[in-house]
Amino acid sequence: MPQTTSTHGIEVEGLVREFKKGPRAVDGIDLQVAPGEIYGFLGPNGAGKSTTVLMLTTLLPPTAGTARVAGYDVVREGPQVRASIGAALQEAALDPFLTGREHMRLQTALQGLPKAERTPRGEELLGRVGLLEAADRKVKGYSGGMKRRLDLGLALVHRPRILFLDEPTTGLDPQSRTALWDDVARLSADDGVTVFLTTQYLEEADVLADRVGIIDDGRLVAEGTPAALKAEIGQPTVEVVPAEEGDRERVAQVLARFGESAPSVPEAVAVRLPRGEGELADVVRALDGEDLRVSHLQLHAPSLDDVFLAKTGRSLEGAGADEVVEEEEVAPEAVRA
Amino acid sequence: MNAPSVLTQVGHLARRSITRTLRQPALIVPGLAFPLFLLAINSGGLDAATDLPGFPTPSYVTFALAITFVQAAIFATNIAGTNLAEDIRTGFLDRLALTPMRGVALLSGQLAGVLALGVFQGIVYIAIGLAAGVTIEAGVGGAVVMIALSVTIAGAFGAIGLLAALRTGSGEAVQGLFPLMFALLFLSALSLPLELIEHEWFRTIATYNPVTYLLQGLRSLLIFGWQAGPLLEAFAIAAGAFGLAITASAVALRRRLVRT
Repeated sequence: MPQTTSTHGIEVEGLVREFKKGPRAVDGIDLQVAPGEIYGFLGPNGAGKSTTVLMLTTLLPPTAGTARVAGYDVVREGPQVRASIGAALQEAALDPFLTGREHMRLQTALQGLPKAERTPRGEELLGRVGLLEAADRKVKGYSGGMKRRLDLGLALVHRPRILFLDEPTTGLDPQSRTALWDDVARLSADDGVTVFLTTQYLEEADVLADRVGIIDDGRLVAEGTPAALKAEIGQPTVEVVPAEEGDRERVAQVLARFGESAPSVPEAVAVRLPRGEGELADVVRALDGEDLRVSHLQLHAPSLDDVFLAKTGRSLEGAGADEVVEEEEVAPEAVRA
Repeated sequence: MNAPSVLTQVGHLARRSITRTLRQPALIVPGLAFPLFLLAINSGGLDAATDLPGFPTPSYVTFALAITFVQAAIFATNIAGTNLAEDIRTGFLDRLALTPMRGVALLSGQLAGVLALGVFQGIVYIAIGLAAGVTIEAGVGGAVVMIALSVTIAGAFGAIGLLAALRTGSGEAVQGLFPLMFALLFLSALSLPLELIEHEWFRTIATYNPVTYLLQGLRSLLIFGWQAGPLLEAFAIAAGAFGLAITASAVALRRRLVRT
């Protein structure tokens, strides 16, 4: 596939979308996505992510504001925008009665690929998304991951410079999710495709996105690299539950050497680690040195959920299952004296 | 990359529509079998109607065969509308909207499945009619025109289904039209010629009901041979209904596809 790098990414100013009955779904968003960047648009259900994508892909006119995608205005230059972008919208938009190969044939034709290129391009993309073997099976027999991969392949038919993915891994098992992440990362790294990805999964934004915008109630509440956003709101915390309840005070004294106290569950002691996660080993050694046994020790690195919490005052819905990568647990045996 | 021509778009969307229609026996079989079932019941139960003075043919099967064509066409409403409503629900329409696809190509392509089915149904009904002893007075050419007329009628009903799908976006709403269409069929000159309907109110409704003229056009070929009047009326009504429904569908599609 040829390089698709362009000098234009996505530029949005004061984007608003109001619906007749209801609040502003998108309420004055400003953002910029650089060419070749993977931008994660993170927010809970109903935050305005999909409405933003619909406006940026020209499928929904904005009520106010401006947006330029690949250098074209989404209101005045819709056809040029559509020619420059690929999109896999919220549900895998496939015909259950067609095969994967038939989808490719239809998409390559409707996108105006020259006749001689259609079949090779379709086969190349089916191979790329790992569906060559299943290409002649009807889509209704595909798994959720296969449908998403086909959806992604179809979005790439006309070699778009910018790719919009609206919650591409929602409902997928972890293996399919990881496979799709690899595909998206490759597109950006190898082909220079700009990716605008909406997600409600913290892990997805953290792993995949170069930069993250956090949206809540139609407004962008935070933006930056995942590391910068997390650094902005604080330091990691270590939380220790003593094996013997009577040791709680001694554990607190040891931990106090490392940093100031942090909120924790009643049976635990927690402190912030101002010098970062690297201090964890010192904490374990100090507890061991004092002959203290612990039943549970956990390092809680600041997560994007913490960022969301700090910015909005509430936790990101459904984020619990995705926080595992933010935390490192140390088995009790590891610090047993 | 240049946008494909409208004809290319229609061709590919039509191929998809035909493929998807043929792969849904649950949609095809009722549309094929139910009219035949009604034909069998009507022919057996209403055969005595041929004794009425002024009844145009001694064979009630010949008279009733026209009903199967119109009844099958009514199923086109369901098939075309349900398929499009499904495309709206799944987001497939949005996928198409992101291509350089033209609205006219989408509507024509979506109808291709029911038009192809209309041809197939027409051939099957004529074959079964002939096997049951029906004679087509207009001959082989008449049979071809019957199929052409039934396809035009299927196009009209299919376009009504597209309109319903585009206005509501709901397969259930499309299926809700089905009983109304059947009421329209039963309130026409379904079982008797218009002039033999005794009840004044029924005859008035049937006179103003366009379905009556579709039936009369088909029956003219079966019973009388080549008669310009009923044929032109039937084609004009079918084509007019198709024109109105497809125009309204185009407007509804523009409203639904608000792409900039």
